[in-house]
Amino acid sequence: MATETAPAPTEREEAEHDHHPEHLQHHFVSSKQQFDSAKLGMWVFLITEVLLFSGMFVAYAVFRQWNPDVFAAASGTLDQAMGAANTVVLLTSSLTVALAIHAIKQDRVQRCIYYLLGTLGLAGGFMVVKYFEYMAKFEHGVFPGAAFDPHGAHYEHLAEMTAAPQFFSIYFVMTGIHGVHVIIGMIVIGVLALMAWRGSFSSEWYTPVELTGLYWHLVDIVWIFLFPLLYLI
Amino acid sequence: MSTTTQDAPVEQAGPDEEETNYLNHETSIWSWLTTKDHKRIGVLYCISLAVVFLVAGVLALLMRAELSGSGQTLMGNDTYNQVFTMHGILMVFLFLVPSIPAILGNFVLPLQIGAKDVAFPRLNLASWYVYLAGAAFTITALLTGGVDTGWTFYTPYSASTGGGVLWMTSAIFVAGFANIFTGLNFIVTIHKMRAPGMTWNRLPLFVWGMYATSIVQVLATPVIGITMVLLILEQTLQIGIFDPALGGDPVLFQHFFWFYSHPAVYIMILPAFGILSELIATFSRSRIFGYRAIALSSVAIAMLGFLVWGHHMFVSGQSAISSIVFSLITYLIGIPSGIKVFNWVATLYKGSIWLQTPMLYALGFLFMFTIGGFTGIMVGVLSVDVHLHDTYYVVGHFHYVMMGGSVVALLGGMHYWWPKITGRMYNETLGKIAAGLVFVGFNLTFFPQLVLGARGMPRRYANYAERFAGLHQLSTVGSQILGLGLFLILGYALWSLAYGEKAPANPWGATTLEWTNTTAVPIHHNFERIPLVTRGPYDFHLADEVFGGGDGEALSDDVPQIPDPAPSAPSETDPTESAGV
Repeated sequence: MATETAPAPTEREEAEHDHHPEHLQHHFVSSKQQFDSAKLGMWVFLITEVLLFSGMFVAYAVFRQWNPDVFAAASGTLDQAMGAANTVVLLTSSLTVALAIHAIKQDRVQRCIYYLLGTLGLAGGFMVVKYFEYMAKFEHGVFPGAAFDPHGAHYEHLAEMTAAPQFFSIYFVMTGIHGVHVIIGMIVIGVLALMAWRGSFSSEWYTPVELTGLYWHLVDIVWIFLFPLLYLI
Repeated sequence: MSTTTQDAPVEQAGPDEEETNYLNHETSIWSWLTTKDHKRIGVLYCISLAVVFLVAGVLALLMRAELSGSGQTLMGNDTYNQVFTMHGILMVFLFLVPSIPAILGNFVLPLQIGAKDVAFPRLNLASWYVYLAGAAFTITALLTGGVDTGWTFYTPYSASTGGGVLWMTSAIFVAGFANIFTGLNFIVTIHKMRAPGMTWNRLPLFVWGMYATSIVQVLATPVIGITMVLLILEQTLQIGIFDPALGGDPVLFQHFFWFYSHPAVYIMILPAFGILSELIATFSRSRIFGYRAIALSSVAIAMLGFLVWGHHMFVSGQSAISSIVFSLITYLIGIPSGIKVFNWVATLYKGSIWLQTPMLYALGFLFMFTIGGFTGIMVGVLSVDVHLHDTYYVVGHFHYVMMGGSVVALLGGMHYWWPKITGRMYNETLGKIAAGLVFVGFNLTFFPQLVLGARGMPRRYANYAERFAGLHQLSTVGSQILGLGLFLILGYALWSLAYGEKAPANPWGATTLEWTNTTAVPIHHNFERIPLVTRGPYDFHLADEVFGGGDGEALSDDVPQIPDPAPSAPSETDPTESAGV
């Protein structure tokens, strides 16, 4: 590289920067490159999420393989109606977040905000149902780990099963970590709605909405696996 | 410590103007702590990792000092357990796993593909802070009673020892995110940020090595994350997943642990392969032999690396069938590794070999990695492993791969890119002496350990039978020579920051973009104009013409600086389109 002869580059670069859209970071050449990079990055992140959950699914598979009867009996104490309701709630929220992306692509900011808030509400509903489910278990002494001490009508029989604590440990850990993901998603969606309200997004630039949508679908998919594996065996 | 780096003023420009570069365009401490420049983050990582390496290395020297005689010489058994545990944890999780990607990957990778930065600079900075958080957790673990489980945390032992384990496992969980961020960033950067004309077949082999590494980081690290979370929950809530006392399965823990920790071995060695390809090509002045074979064998190792974790568990009680399958797949890893070594040797053949310090490390690597790989095949043999399991043979084997391979390649890479990072040359004579000390010291330390292990010396003991004394003392002397060599490197590296000769833009006559298309110390945005790549990465005919080639010509001042070897791209071009993604 002929360093001595190079013309002063900074002014030229600055001049170029002026043409760039506001959202375009300096190290990208074009909006398309920036958007593609962000999306690929999100997909790679989702892969790490899948592997995070896969560890727990493996633990589930191992213990269920060893104690199929206990798992079936313990699974019977979970509330299938509530679980099914939550599945519908979460699936609907995936629809609304997809519609939010669709809306912002057409520059319908108002509609996008409504869909985001709708998603937020459904996610909140999911957590409320989850809260009642957890409380119903805690009331009967069904805790994860050492505090496991089932009592009451439908739970007495669990006390004699040696592997019942394993089922509920896995149940609480998996749904708990899934719940943490829902809460993180709710925070992000809330921030997005606020940003959309301030006019940050348009069909030109809506990368955060798109990425959050991808994340939210993953949260949904994980639940779609959790529901039958935990409730319906 | 960052101030020492930035104080080194680097003026490569003519007498009339002082050139700004990434080191001096902003100089406040704050500008370093909030930097999103991949080069500066590489330097920050370099300083932090050097501190960790120093601490963990001193712990190793203490261990060897304790083993200089049988019986208690320096520390009690419990202290010894804590010392080797901390040595292992620091070296594996906080040094080797992040080392080459975080230092050299961060600094070199965007330069080599002609990008202005990595795809997500903020995430890159976050990675460093997350790493520091992990280090803080580690220190807390030390203050809350220490850890003596070994770096593997096998249950039920880790479940029954004190509070330090909790902090330590949290540290590993947190530090894992730093690696995931780096790996994610590199994958996207390599896919989307390449300069126009930088096709996949024109990527320097260091980039290929980093790509394979990043895949492993992204796929394996979440598993250790969830394992650590489950371990933490087991300690706090007493859920029974791994602890047999609670109805859990300790072998399941070993499966989880090695599902990460075996691929982690490839996180440590694949970047070293990348460095080695650069060194061998540059210092033999010849186009690398078998470019595609080297590139794709890295990817093959990354993939196969996920299928062999069970070879750590031959004596754990897993089924005989799975042991046999794991053993067979383990042999397969020897194939791509062998492909690499043969290709490097073929590159040396009839090359014009220039024995600068980085090349000495590269040649040392070939020797030591071959021993490491060969002993690896031996412990991969089912029946032999039953004898060698948990002996010094295993210790010797993985040090030959990790230290003799990975760290030696890192040292070679640091010497090679030192002029680009700091703008200063290190002292070549001292460099060669240190490389010699490291080579001799390393082999003297670890070859006796292979012999010890074969004769039945178990690992992780502070004491030994009298008949092992001679070899143990040899190993201790070796560790001191190795330590001397490493401290010598630290010494002249710091010296060169202040007093080293100023480096020219391309002291080695290398052919990749970070040497050919940047100033001596790269500017903040890396390139004055985005390069347009028109040829493969190892065209030494042109480099010899432009930069004077090997044998020190490039280091002399009278080299004619003939035009841009890689012209700039038209600035509007979208590189992803022209690179044919």
